[in-house]
Amino acid sequence: MEKDIKAFQRVYTKLFQLTKATVSLHATGIGNEELAIVDGRLAQVVKIMEDIVTLQVFAGTEGIATDAEVIFTGKAPTLKVGEGLAGRFFNAYGEPIDGGEIMGEELEIGGPSVNPVRRKQPSEFIATGIAGIDLNNALVTGQKIPFFADPDQPYNQVMAMVALRAQADKIILGGVGLTNDDYLYFKSVFDDAGALDRIVGFINTTENPPVERLLVPDMALSAAEYYAAEKGEKVLVLLTDLTLYADALSIVSNRMDQIPSKDSMPGSLYSDLARLYEKAVQFPDGGSITIIAVTTLSSGDITHAIPDNTGYITEGQLFLRKDSDIGKVIVDPFRSLSRLKQLVIGKKTREDHPQVMNAAVRLYADAANAKTKLENGFDLTDYDERTLDFAKAYSEKLLAIDVNIEVDTMLETAYELFAKHFTPVEVGLKKEFVEKYWKEN
Amino acid sequence: MSTIGKVTGIIANLVIVEADERVAQNEICFIKHEGTRLMAEVIKIIGRKVYVQVFESTRGLKVGSEVEFAGHMLEVSLGPGLLSKNFDGLQNDLDKMTGIFLKRGEYTEALDKDKEYEFEPIAKKGDTVKAGDWLGEVKENWIAHKIMVPFIFKGDYTVKNVTGKGTYKINEKIAVLTDAEGKEHNVTMVQKWPVKVPIKAYTEKPRPFKVLETGVRVFDTLNPIAEGGTGFIPGPFGSGKTVLQHALSKQAEADLVVIAACGERANEVVEIFTEFPELDDPRTGRKLMERTTIIANTSNMPVAAREASVYTAMTIAEYYRCMGLKVLLLADSTSRWAQALREMSNRMEELPGPDGFPMDLPAIISNFYSRAGFVFLNNGETGSITFIGTVSPAGGNLKEPVTESTKKAARCFYALSQQRADSKRYPAIDPIESYSKYLEYPEIVEYLNKNNGENWTSNVLYVKDVLLRSKESYEQINILGDDGVPLDYHITYWKGEVVDFVISQQDAFDKIDCRSSFERQRYMLEKVVNVLKYEFKFDSFEEVNPYFKKVINQFKQMNYSEYESDEFKKNEKELETIIQERKVA
Repeated sequence: MEKDIKAFQRVYTKLFQLTKATVSLHATGIGNEELAIVDGRLAQVVKIMEDIVTLQVFAGTEGIATDAEVIFTGKAPTLKVGEGLAGRFFNAYGEPIDGGEIMGEELEIGGPSVNPVRRKQPSEFIATGIAGIDLNNALVTGQKIPFFADPDQPYNQVMAMVALRAQADKIILGGVGLTNDDYLYFKSVFDDAGALDRIVGFINTTENPPVERLLVPDMALSAAEYYAAEKGEKVLVLLTDLTLYADALSIVSNRMDQIPSKDSMPGSLYSDLARLYEKAVQFPDGGSITIIAVTTLSSGDITHAIPDNTGYITEGQLFLRKDSDIGKVIVDPFRSLSRLKQLVIGKKTREDHPQVMNAAVRLYADAANAKTKLENGFDLTDYDERTLDFAKAYSEKLLAIDVNIEVDTMLETAYELFAKHFTPVEVGLKKEFVEKYWKEN
Repeated sequence: MSTIGKVTGIIANLVIVEADERVAQNEICFIKHEGTRLMAEVIKIIGRKVYVQVFESTRGLKVGSEVEFAGHMLEVSLGPGLLSKNFDGLQNDLDKMTGIFLKRGEYTEALDKDKEYEFEPIAKKGDTVKAGDWLGEVKENWIAHKIMVPFIFKGDYTVKNVTGKGTYKINEKIAVLTDAEGKEHNVTMVQKWPVKVPIKAYTEKPRPFKVLETGVRVFDTLNPIAEGGTGFIPGPFGSGKTVLQHALSKQAEADLVVIAACGERANEVVEIFTEFPELDDPRTGRKLMERTTIIANTSNMPVAAREASVYTAMTIAEYYRCMGLKVLLLADSTSRWAQALREMSNRMEELPGPDGFPMDLPAIISNFYSRAGFVFLNNGETGSITFIGTVSPAGGNLKEPVTESTKKAARCFYALSQQRADSKRYPAIDPIESYSKYLEYPEIVEYLNKNNGENWTSNVLYVKDVLLRSKESYEQINILGDDGVPLDYHITYWKGEVVDFVISQQDAFDKIDCRSSFERQRYMLEKVVNVLKYEFKFDSFEEVNPYFKKVINQFKQMNYSEYESDEFKKNEKELETIIQERKVA
């Protein structure tokens, strides 16, 4: 990458230490976290000891010689924000992938956090049309929630779908180690939906050096803050896949000789991830940042340091699962959780929403028990049989990710299924709701 | 003249400063950077090199920047006006900060120096006093806030004068004390105290002998926490730690609640900010916020200040304890604090202990827990700090350093279980795994039996035993099948379920069930024990499940209705009818 060399910038040409990721040289007057260009590659100051400055080169140090040119830029990483941002795709450094310049103010990325007393409690329901989300795990503006998914699951497709339906003013895509195919997929889906003018993308693909990825979420979130804080817009940020972000963190920490903690992850993993996720916010004047991320799991293990720390930070998590009975991917009602749903369900949606949600999940759980019974060779009761039938229909008509209906329709559908398979007593809804909404087939 | 130094090295928020003059371990210093001053704390000194951890981001900081040492450790201001405040970990008043984003290097006064308080003297001219003695009091919200002899005063002093009744600002002189050498000292309503040093202005710290009523049955009935006791709640994410802490802070029989939101989600703190000013304190009829102080260091705020936040909270709690008040201190989550210690230890290139945590982690944790306690003050009054911390064990595995270290330090253990949370049995505290060491204290047992009836402790142990036997039966049923075990196994299992559903479980979102008084708990426990002791007649195991479900449902209706109301009595009557159906006379 090329940057203009300004007259007053000092140029150094004597590196005395090179590792896979870092270079060190003698220099003075350098600020911590300042950016520099080493042999044409972007680098950042990570350590200063007297006059010895250590720089982390994002693209790696392959081929850099001891006499390579080092130019300090005098500033921390920034992003130029302005009207021209929308509809464009950028690389990890905030440069348009399709060339050209963006005019606007320069915003420092990874900036300060919001004063907690200036936040507002999230209270606006985000409708996605997917019943597995809206009915069972309603999302709220200002929330942060990841998909916990195995690498073979269609999380990127679901995320794109959620983004397009979510009626956000802006959608910001942070592609962290995205495959080129997935990048093109996102681009074409947004294009086909005619939504490109609402999209800003920051893309690091698997073709780019892994350490560069560390800049992508900060870039995406800075752009989000620009729209939410300055323009008062509702912004949805998609970050996929943050497991690769954490992997990049561990690469850096390893190369800097830091002592790893659990699962070879740096000891600061919790703080590093929290710094990103906590950018999710509801501002009092209506602007908001909602973060939907992806954390890929290795064979479903949520006790690994990455999903584990994520779970403590985020407000719930969504699990996808292939339901072999109906042959479709569903949002798992047991393991998924939206911690903020209480703020909207039954308040912004129909009054009986919480009860219907709980009843359906409970009956689905009964079905799971019946299934275990069946597998262990025990006899099934009539009730067991009916729960199994219900579970199949529930999965098909509500949990499957290809469902796209309004919340009221979801509730109606649930009542239809209840009435078809159970008596009101078995479902156990409040009497007033039964009288009002129950419909005998 | 304070010591001056210069920055010579920067690694993230660890900064190395060169200083020639006197510098103390844990001393506070300020690094000058582009017109702001960044606060930092000394954590190591080697020769002229002073290692400091900066409480802010060090972005842009340069070698050569000037550093000013403050001559004191990290300290907080103690005086009227701490209640209802939202502080950050360094006791900055978050409401006084301007702008939506926190600005680096912006520090505020903790207390309102212009606010006037109605002062009433307590001490008289000629009295001999020492640190912590009450000189007078002011009204802060509804509590009588005592103005005390500053804790740093050593030895005995004679009161030269105490100002008369009247209105004063916190920095105005309210008393003059004479020390042994005849030197006079002015006292105002504010004093400062270093957070890492316990305030010991009391005569005695006995073993706790009273129980703190929390209104949560799985605490009070099954595993009571003593007033002045310590407890901790470990649990995987999603198991309901935060809901439980919020319930405790709303209902516990404490005069004051100090909440340290340490490295957790900002939206959870916002929930407290939003709800507490609205919610009524059932004991005083005032708003909950009036008895609450919040120390918020959310997970995205600077990591070094996270460590400070728990100490700041503890010091504020100790200050109020010296006024003879019952303080409840909650910290969510102490694991984040331990992680902050780990990050720093790592940067200092110390040899790590288990999981990369510093070797002295167990010592730091037990030292902190030991600052809680019940005390007798100099004047014979009593005060207490009951401390409950949450722990977020990595991967939900309780065999990790923070949980293990805390287990050694805390006397009550409330194990949140993922399995219970999954089956929506809330609060998800495992009634069998959890324990309260206080149930083994003869003075606590005596206290409980005196207050809750002489059968209380034996009833508690009885239901715990029922739970255990129920679990054993359940395991047998699972292995041998429903019809592979004697009928009794089903009955034993379901009796345990009665205890679980009626006592262990509690609906935190129900207006009535969320808070259960000791009186009510006594009544219900008695009732449950009676039912458990009955013999029931069944012809086949298929009858057991629906019958006990009916019993449980009826008990729950009682839990949901106001104690001693007509509805409560009606439900109780119905329960009697159900019991009679199968009870063996």
